[in-house]
Parts: sequence; C-alpha cells; structure tokens
Amino acid sequence: MSASIAVEHVWKYFGDFPALKDVSLRIEPGSCVALLGRNGAGKTTLLRILAGLSRPSQGAVRVDGRDSREEATRRRVGVLGHAIGIYDELSAFENLRLFGELYGLDRPKDTALEWLERIGLSAVRDGLAREFSRGMRQRLALARAFLHQPSVVLFDEPFTSLDDRAIAVLQQLLSEARARGATIVMSTHQIREAMELSSDVALISRGKLAHAGPRTAEMLADPGWLYRQYGDGQ
Amino acid sequence: MRFLRQSWSVAAKDLRSEIRTKEALNASLSFSLVILLLFSFAFDPAAEQIRDFSGGLLWMVFAFAAALILNRSFARELENDCLDMLLASPVPPAALFLGKVSANFVLLMAVELIALPVFGIFYNVNWGMQAASLVLVTALGTWALAVIGTMFSALTVNLRLRELMLPVLVYPMMIPALMASIQLTTDLIAGQPLAGDSFLWLRVLVAFNVIFTALSVVFVDTVLLG
Repeated sequence: MSASIAVEHVWKYFGDFPALKDVSLRIEPGSCVALLGRNGAGKTTLLRILAGLSRPSQGAVRVDGRDSREEATRRRVGVLGHAIGIYDELSAFENLRLFGELYGLDRPKDTALEWLERIGLSAVRDGLAREFSRGMRQRLALARAFLHQPSVVLFDEPFTSLDDRAIAVLQQLLSEARARGATIVMSTHQIREAMELSSDVALISRGKLAHAGPRTAEMLADPGWLYRQYGDGQ
Repeated sequence: MRFLRQSWSVAAKDLRSEIRTKEALNASLSFSLVILLLFSFAFDPAAEQIRDFSGGLLWMVFAFAAALILNRSFARELENDCLDMLLASPVPPAALFLGKVSANFVLLMAVELIALPVFGIFYNVNWGMQAASLVLVTALGTWALAVIGTMFSALTVNLRLRELMLPVLVYPMMIPALMASIQLTTDLIAGQPLAGDSFLWLRVLVAFNVIFTALSVVFVDTVLLG
C-alpha cells in the first residue's frame, strides 16, 4: 500500500542548529497519527514541512505521492496551526468565502454559509472576526481548516485552549474526516486525548524520530508509557 | 482564469481590510498633504522654477508616502499567522504576489490622485495640460513602486526593523523608475507632450515594470518560503 505521507531522510537546519535529524516516516492513508514530543523536539517544524510551509534542508516529503508544495497537494491538505489563521478585519462569512475562493471551491459563498450554519455562527455571519469571543474564533478557524474537505489534515496542538464547544466541533470534524478516509497528523501535548483518537503514534526526541508505530493498548492505558520507554519523560 | 480569480480574491481581501481600518491609507494621505504643505512654505509658489522641480517634489512625496502603505502589505498577514494559511492554500505565490501588488497599486493611486490637485493648488501649477499622459506616467511609476515595494515587504516581513529596512532597500532599487517618472512628470506639467526624449524615458519606465514584475513573479516563491 502506498503511503499517504512519506518523509524521507529529512533534515532541517535553522542556521547551524539541526531541528530535524534524518527523519523518515511513512503514514498510511486513513490513519490518524499523534505526533508527540517535548517542547522544541521538532514537531512543529515537521508539520510545517508536511504542510509545505517550510522546505527541508535535506531529504524529501511526499503527500499522496506528490511534492508537498505542489498546488494539487495543497488543495487536499487542511492545516490548523498554533494561531487561528483568520482575518480580524473580515466578517465570519468573508473569511470562509475567501478561503473557499482560494481553494477553488465551486460554490464558495454557499459553502461558507453551510459551514457557518454548522458551527453555529450563521446568526453573526456579518460580524467582524475581531468582535468574536475566543471560542467563536476557534470554531471559525476549524471551519476554515475543513472547508474544502481535505484528505490530509495537519493540526498543531489542536486541543490547546479550545473551549468545550470548539472541542466538540473538532472531535466531530475529526471523526467525520476519519470516516471518509482522511489521513490525520496532529502534534499535541494532550497525550490522553491524542491516544484516544489516534491509530498510530510517532515520538520525536531532539529532532530525531524515536518511535513510530501503531498505538498499542499499553499506550492507551498509560499515556506516559511511551515517553518513559524512550527516556524522554516530561 | 483560476490564477486571476485567486489574485483578485487576495487583492479584494487586502482592499476590504484597509478600507475598514484605514491604518495605512490615512497615514499615507496625511503624510503626503503635510509634506506638500510644508514645502509650499519653503518655495515661492509663484516662481517659474517650480515647474522645474515639480516632478522631483511630487515623486519624493509619492515614494515616501508609499512606504507607509507598502510596510503594511505583508505585515498585516502576520496577525493570527494568516500568511501561513495563505501559503498553505493552493494559491500560487505569484497569484498571491500580484494580488497584493494590485491592492497596493490601487491604494497608492488613490493617495496620489488626491495629492496631485492639492499640489496644483499649493504650488499654483496647472498640471492638467497633459492630464491623460500624466495619469499614465503616474500609473506606470506607481506600478513600479508597488512591485518593488511589495517584493521587499515580503522579504522584510519577519524582520524586527522592517519599517526601517523597507525604505532602505526599496529606494535604491527604484532609482531608474524614479528618474524616469520625475523627468516625465516634470515635462508633462510643463505642458510638453510625450515625444522625443520623453518617449525614451517612457520606454525606460515600461521596461523597468516588465523586467521587475517578471523577476518578482519568478522569485516570490523563494522569498516567501526561503
């Protein structure tokens, strides 16, 4: 079976500092991978390379068999980073319509309206994003990431500082994405939630891939087990 | 077609944001008007020589006022990491760049078309003798400013001293286009049509725009992603 994401001997340097050291990883289509590691281990760097936001210094990354910077690849990838990635000076509707247009959707206006209904923001569709509460902005950001029905979902710390309603929306969207066969990679410190959702686990330690494989019953029962196993306890 | 639609979406987004906040537009317009007013005290508006340096004065004002708009072009994408989301989307970097250049061009032209009549009033200059040609030259010079300024705005977006670095990088690069724009504007305000030597300067300006627009479109991917 060909990998949905193939990371081949990737190195990433920031100046002389190697943030990633010879990382190779294969992620099968439809799997949900929890990318674990301490702060500064290289999780965000790897996710940015997978999303095409940064080029590896050495090595290659292929998403669905294509280079991660190809337009066709980016059309199939949904990204949510640390920040929400929405425009404060645009309304909720304008934000979603903009990204619908950028992703080349056939009916960006209708799609934006459908998503606003879905995330419970249709009553404030013309309100500027800067006037929204934190939870409303988070839901808008989730809608932005899933608007184009991505087949590869890349999330950096998806559960951090989400409110209850946004967590419910995120869990619903992630389970729908899994049901339609999307590949999910999420870096997180919330090990318990990650273990419950994931089918596979990858642990990065000081820029190196320390472990990659299916999530086991041991990991689910004791989320700290993996860190202890590889001597990278937090 | 998709390329143009994506460029338009980026340009419309930038214009909509700027019209709502008016951050750069207000700063740039006030700066232009204040400089024109201050220089009108320094020079005798009745003097004949005013026509000789009208082009230089106008383009100095336009170029400095432009920095205030161009600085915001990519800086506004840093809020909420919006630049990452634009780069993660399937928009070609060239479409993103041209969308931003177009938005900057519209904003700069708006400031300049307001400043031009004000210049005529403060300096007692009839700039309308070759109005159509003057607007053409202003548009070409402004496109050059928008292309170079947007490119360096992308290059300096992650620098702490970007407000300082942008003018330092842009103005030396702009020298050929500014020389052509100044010469052409001075001639047109003096009532001379676009012919002879003026035509040569016009070709310099057009060539500058073609070359630097093409180079920017080719290299913007490298500038944005490293």
